[in-house]
Amino acid sequence: MSENRTGAQILCESLIQNGVDTMFGIPGGAIMPFYYAMWEYRDRLRHILCRHEQGAGHAAEGFARATGRIGVCIGTSGPGVTNLVTPVADAWMDSTPLLAICGQVSSAVLGKDAFQETDITGITMPITKHNYLVKNVNDIAYVVKEAIHIATTGRMGPVLVDITKDALQASTVPDYSKKIFLPGYRPTYQGSKKQIKAALQTMLKSKKPLMMIGNGVMMAEASAEARSFAERYRLPVLTTLHGLGAFPEDHPLSLGMPGMHGWVHANRAIQEADFLINIGGRFDDRVTGKASTFAPNATIVHVDIDPSEIGKNIEVDVPIVGDAKMVLLSFLEEEPEERDVATFHAAAGEWMTHIRELQAKHQHREQYLNRPDTSSMLPHDVYAAMTKMLNERGNYRVVTDVGQHQMWAAQLLDWYRPRTHITSGGAGTMGFAVPAAMGVAVAHPNDTVWAVCGDGGFQMTNQEMTVVVQEGIKNMKIAIINNGYLGMVRQWQELFENKRYSGTPLSGPNFKLLAEAYGWTGITVETVDEIEPALAKAYATDGPVLIDFRVEREVNVFPMVPQNKSIGEMITE
Amino acid sequence: MQTHTLVVLMQDRPGVLNRAVSMFRRRGYNIASLSVGHTETPGVSRMTVVVESDNVEQVVKQLYRLVEVLKVSDVTGEPVVEREMALIKLHVPSQQRAEIVALTEVFAAKIVDVAVNTMVIEMTGGPAKVENFIDMVRPFGIKEMMRTGRIAMVRGSRGHSGVDLLDAGWQGESVTTVDTVVK
Repeated sequence: MSENRTGAQILCESLIQNGVDTMFGIPGGAIMPFYYAMWEYRDRLRHILCRHEQGAGHAAEGFARATGRIGVCIGTSGPGVTNLVTPVADAWMDSTPLLAICGQVSSAVLGKDAFQETDITGITMPITKHNYLVKNVNDIAYVVKEAIHIATTGRMGPVLVDITKDALQASTVPDYSKKIFLPGYRPTYQGSKKQIKAALQTMLKSKKPLMMIGNGVMMAEASAEARSFAERYRLPVLTTLHGLGAFPEDHPLSLGMPGMHGWVHANRAIQEADFLINIGGRFDDRVTGKASTFAPNATIVHVDIDPSEIGKNIEVDVPIVGDAKMVLLSFLEEEPEERDVATFHAAAGEWMTHIRELQAKHQHREQYLNRPDTSSMLPHDVYAAMTKMLNERGNYRVVTDVGQHQMWAAQLLDWYRPRTHITSGGAGTMGFAVPAAMGVAVAHPNDTVWAVCGDGGFQMTNQEMTVVVQEGIKNMKIAIINNGYLGMVRQWQELFENKRYSGTPLSGPNFKLLAEAYGWTGITVETVDEIEPALAKAYATDGPVLIDFRVEREVNVFPMVPQNKSIGEMITE
Repeated sequence: MQTHTLVVLMQDRPGVLNRAVSMFRRRGYNIASLSVGHTETPGVSRMTVVVESDNVEQVVKQLYRLVEVLKVSDVTGEPVVEREMALIKLHVPSQQRAEIVALTEVFAAKIVDVAVNTMVIEMTGGPAKVENFIDMVRPFGIKEMMRTGRIAMVRGSRGHSGVDLLDAGWQGESVTTVDTVVK
């Protein structure tokens, strides 16, 4: 290509060359040249106009988490890009590959507090993997290539590219062939064979082993390898919030989710285990509880692609830096003495029997579905019916928001396949679900995508529902677990603050009518009998449907580990 | 808390110092001293940072997360040349001049400016020596003082050149696997 191109055209061509076909954004003054050029490339670059940049950012995150590809969001200078800060921070916490493209005021007025000027590279420095301020048209092609490379390799994460308006408008002969030069950026993929051998030998000597699967397994597409490894050594498997779906929950080795709202047997198993291998999890405080009391008897192996995660929260005995898939493959290549493996299998079998006894003694999922004797509709009734319906219909992906409904979904729905459970984990961003589900629905038009949210989070970003209609997205449904409270905060107030419900009772509009105003089908459900017909109607409707489940107001998520307590100390009712 | 001297080689790109310092602030690492400048290799900056931390390994790892950071070495306890500089403006009436001159000779400091009632002294040396000198002249009356951060270089042939680091930077070339070992 030797023709002259504007910076904006180069930006479009660079994005296409680097595998981008879908973008979520909102135009504005400084980014206008990009939109002008985008028109020429609209057959290859689909732009979805959102209603708020936060929505655009979360939609791009949903797209990325559902596909493993880069998610792209766009905002104009000033308030446009400051609205992107929340999704960028969210992507940072959850290692989501996100590219934020920002318009900036012209370089001539940069630093002079020009109209809609904001130092977005300064603002996002601590919450991006890397960011750029591009002032020269000749840098655009290279920076886009480097930015996408950084966002999608190693430990993935958000990268922000801020481009001045004059750089977008200026012309040059683009050079797309420039090789990436990043001497300081060399992610380690291959785990150390020595460490892997050491980890395996330690494991084979243990009697109460556990394997924990985190986000890294999902991001590395290592579900099959994780499963082979667990099956080869018959390891009981825990899946963290972001690991849900990376290991099928109906597998005989699956123990489900540990942590603050994990299962009693899962947490007890951690406290009793003498060996724990964590693959791609970061020992978040919501998993470990009080870190100093976590897995007190276990030799800990930590596999992570980011060296800085190892030893950050939990002291580790055998660190392995590497990509989850490559490390698991190396583990599978090892051929330990069959006799040792047989002894280990026997011990692991006894251990599993013990954990299953724990599980039977304490509550487990089935018991949660046994509703207490009340005529009102409990959240659990909704999830029970949803589980049934999702399993019957198949091909589902569920995006949850943040709060009680999120934990119930993690606990009570079934997770079998990778990238079917998508949520805001590390940042805990309310308002994530509706726009993120839209991104997922765009990425997977043949799946039914459910946004499950609370009435609080829903009211933060529901404006994106109108985008679903404008874009003709038909495979998205919303379930609101509506209890008229900011429920998780209310639960803490009930349990720890003497029921002082300060700032948590919450009203909302009639969500059914709101849905209809947006051009959606709206359904209100107030009794248990209405749940299944409503879900059936949602599936029967060729188009977006919202169901407002008006559930019993004061129901708590159990089990629960109070903050900064050991995961051995769970509240169960 | 333990004090560590870190030598950090970084790609000389806009904002790199800002990134490093911002990371220190955010993670709550306390910077005792910091100095940064060019090196023998064009495109490579070198930062000497004295940091107070009980978990310096985590500081090193967080520095490595920054895309421009090429190499981080903890030179604490190694044979190093460490230097700081101080410019000190002293109140010196004429009758005390001789005493100050004698003191600067003992410490191998330099008198770089003399006026009717003041002198400016340039003191270069290891951190302890600079500290001692300041203690000695303080009774005369320090009108102004400015100290630089510390710079450090390992003695002998081993060292921290940026050239090799840049050569291996092109994507596609073989790179070595790094194992971090946690104690």
